[in-house]
Amino acid sequence: MSKDISPLLQSQMQDAYKNKTPLQIRAGNSKHFYGNPKDGKLLDVSAHQGIISYEPTELVVTARAGTRLTEIESTLNESNQMLAFEPPHFAEATSHDNATIGGTIACNMSGPRRAYAGAARDFVLGCNIINGKAEKLKFGGQVMKNVAGYDASRLMSGAMGTLGVILDISLKVLPKPETEITLGHQCDIHQAMENMHQWVKQSLPLSASCYINSQLFIRLSGNHSSVSTAQQKIGGDVIDNAENFWQQIKDQSHDFFKPDNPIWRLSLASNTPPLENLSGNTLYEWGGALRWLSSDEPEKKIRDTLNSVGGHATLFKKNKLNVAPFHQLNPGMLTIHKQLKHAFDPENILNPGCMYKEF
Amino acid sequence: MTSPIDKPLLINRLEYILPAQSVLHQTEDLHPYECDGLSAYRNLPLAVVLPDKIEQVQALLKLCYELEIPVVARGAGTGLSGGALPLSNGIILSLAKFKDILDIDPVQHVARVQPGVRNLAISEAVEQYGLYYAPDPSSQIACTIGGNVAENSGGVHCLKYGLTIHNIQQIKIITIEGELLTLGGSGLDSPGYDLLALLTGSEGMLGVIVEVTVKLLPKPESTQVILAAFDDLIKAGVAVGNIISAGIIPAGLEMMDKLAIKAAEDFVHAGYPTDAAAILLCELDGNAAEVSENISSVQTILGESGATEVRVARDETERVTFWKGRKAAFPAVGRISPDYYCMDGTIPRKHLPRVLKAMADLSAEYNLPVANVFHAGDGNLHPLILYDANIPGELERTEEFGGKILELCIEVGGSITGEHGVGMEKINQMCVQFAALELTQFHAIKKAFDKKALLNPGKAVPTLHRCAEFGAMHVHHGELSHPELERF
Repeated sequence: MSKDISPLLQSQMQDAYKNKTPLQIRAGNSKHFYGNPKDGKLLDVSAHQGIISYEPTELVVTARAGTRLTEIESTLNESNQMLAFEPPHFAEATSHDNATIGGTIACNMSGPRRAYAGAARDFVLGCNIINGKAEKLKFGGQVMKNVAGYDASRLMSGAMGTLGVILDISLKVLPKPETEITLGHQCDIHQAMENMHQWVKQSLPLSASCYINSQLFIRLSGNHSSVSTAQQKIGGDVIDNAENFWQQIKDQSHDFFKPDNPIWRLSLASNTPPLENLSGNTLYEWGGALRWLSSDEPEKKIRDTLNSVGGHATLFKKNKLNVAPFHQLNPGMLTIHKQLKHAFDPENILNPGCMYKEF
Repeated sequence: MTSPIDKPLLINRLEYILPAQSVLHQTEDLHPYECDGLSAYRNLPLAVVLPDKIEQVQALLKLCYELEIPVVARGAGTGLSGGALPLSNGIILSLAKFKDILDIDPVQHVARVQPGVRNLAISEAVEQYGLYYAPDPSSQIACTIGGNVAENSGGVHCLKYGLTIHNIQQIKIITIEGELLTLGGSGLDSPGYDLLALLTGSEGMLGVIVEVTVKLLPKPESTQVILAAFDDLIKAGVAVGNIISAGIIPAGLEMMDKLAIKAAEDFVHAGYPTDAAAILLCELDGNAAEVSENISSVQTILGESGATEVRVARDETERVTFWKGRKAAFPAVGRISPDYYCMDGTIPRKHLPRVLKAMADLSAEYNLPVANVFHAGDGNLHPLILYDANIPGELERTEEFGGKILELCIEVGGSITGEHGVGMEKINQMCVQFAALELTQFHAIKKAFDKKALLNPGKAVPTLHRCAEFGAMHVHHGELSHPELERF
């Protein structure tokens, strides 16, 4: 499984740089739906695999970009540790679970635990990349605290490969909780938001929240005494097979995501009231700070609504409208983005247009 | 280099933007700004400006862009790496007058504050809601949040609660061209590149921070601290790994060596065992049930790891006393030596024995004592080299010794700075930590924001020329005698 193909990748990129050939970077292709459609010559990093080092007592794992999340998660599990940002796999079937750590970081994908533990980018300690000039660069390292130089490794997180091809990544890992329980409360959305905000104030070991179909689901994670004390405080029905539920939410295999409508990802302040002017079905996560909207509303209406509450909208999946997936940047931000892109990729060969058409 | 600066003209233009009392340019008025917390490096700027409105900052930066005047932004000036060291041909842009807390949202757990607000003032202001701001650099009583963002400051609770970058949600910056940009957002993420992460820790090189939205945390229901003594520093290091292996992430996990223990105990009488070779302070927080379960697990682990004594603070007063010694460690060392030089390297914890041994050897070689204070949980070392600046050559020997400690940190896979920043102080060691290609990429990043290189130029990222010079001198002479700015 373990294989270092970085010399091959670098030589392909040298050719691309020399010939100004646009590249589309791909590892497991599990997030093919995300962002603008890509063209360009395929740069396949899926064979660049393997955990390079893992030291449970240091709380650090380093893996090549093409390493499957399943491999990393099962390795960490053996030492009772985990990726605390709970990355989604978007696997259509267990046999086709191809999500990689490189793609996860490039898209900064985090799951239900994000609101309580941090996002993928928060756990990035360092990475090796190849920039658009085919230069191999190392940023950050394997230590928790490191403020030497600009934080280029966190910058790679969410840049969708447009600033560099990630070769390997070092991530902080955390111990798995001793126990977990999910509690369900039948209530309306206003009560659900009130509950989520109250409970988060109370030193409760919250690790996930979701509101769907008039039911609020709260996951508690920690040691036994902490979880059982919290359970007594917040009450509710114990949900059976909760692991399966959270996986369906995380990987979007839940029934909510099945209809053919575009799936919008709305990111906004957690205490923003429900956006009642938008028709469609809404699933709430992250204490209200992340909302999935399954809706046929026009793009402009959705974006205007999010602008009015200071949030942003991403057409995440089922982009049958064929619109720009990400929220527009204002002119000042767009200028900085283009200049930064130019600083890493002067010939604009790395996933050009994949985030924004302008770069 | 740009053409010589017409200082009277510059002052005139500055006074057109700001009231005359907010533009300092007489030598005696400039002296308070000649250095930051790293007082070994001093220099006078052309002028110091003290705006109190965002529009003024925009106008000032536009002016500096037009006249090509370098700008060094400054908060409280508590930084330890010379990041706010003035440039002779530049101005100091003080953000000290931006000290308002603009908004507290106790539901969303955020506060929007101006950059000159002190770190501790945030926690004090939100205490009424049962909230606090987690990063707690030891200068938190004085340092400002704008400086914290610029340096990506840490503190003793990083292992569990992260650095500044993990605890802010949005910042507003002014570019050198005077444009106001908002980075981050009101939710948990924002569209486009993670410029919030890029700006955090960028040491005033990319933009001037004029507003910060910080995340707040609920104050833990319970906090408890354990003090453990060891007859061997290495055993204490192993104990740290054992705690983490058991799946426990303490809120703070600090280590002090014999010299630091003795100095702290003599200073604040924290009740430390002065015969110990090392002590560990392990703080656990959370809900009461969790803390009490973890305290008993940690006590067992410490005992099994060879602690000669394990004490749980009996009450809040004793907990505060235990911490008092650690928090006073730097001034305590200041009492036993005319001067000390604080280092800030980080290492993977497993290399602690090797690094400690090498530091002891270097200490003997240079004949300079070292007191060690560690953020042990996250491998951040603060060796304090004791010296006397009045002895000719001793500062230079100290800096050379310090440089070797940092190079040792890099050698074992660590970093030259965990939380204090590069500034002017560690600029040469950047040449050791990063290769030419990475440094070139850093300069390209800077150029994307600041094409005329006017924001804090010469700090944080060395030129390749400087590295070549440093490398050459390093090889041929083994010492770098006068690392002032003007020389390069």
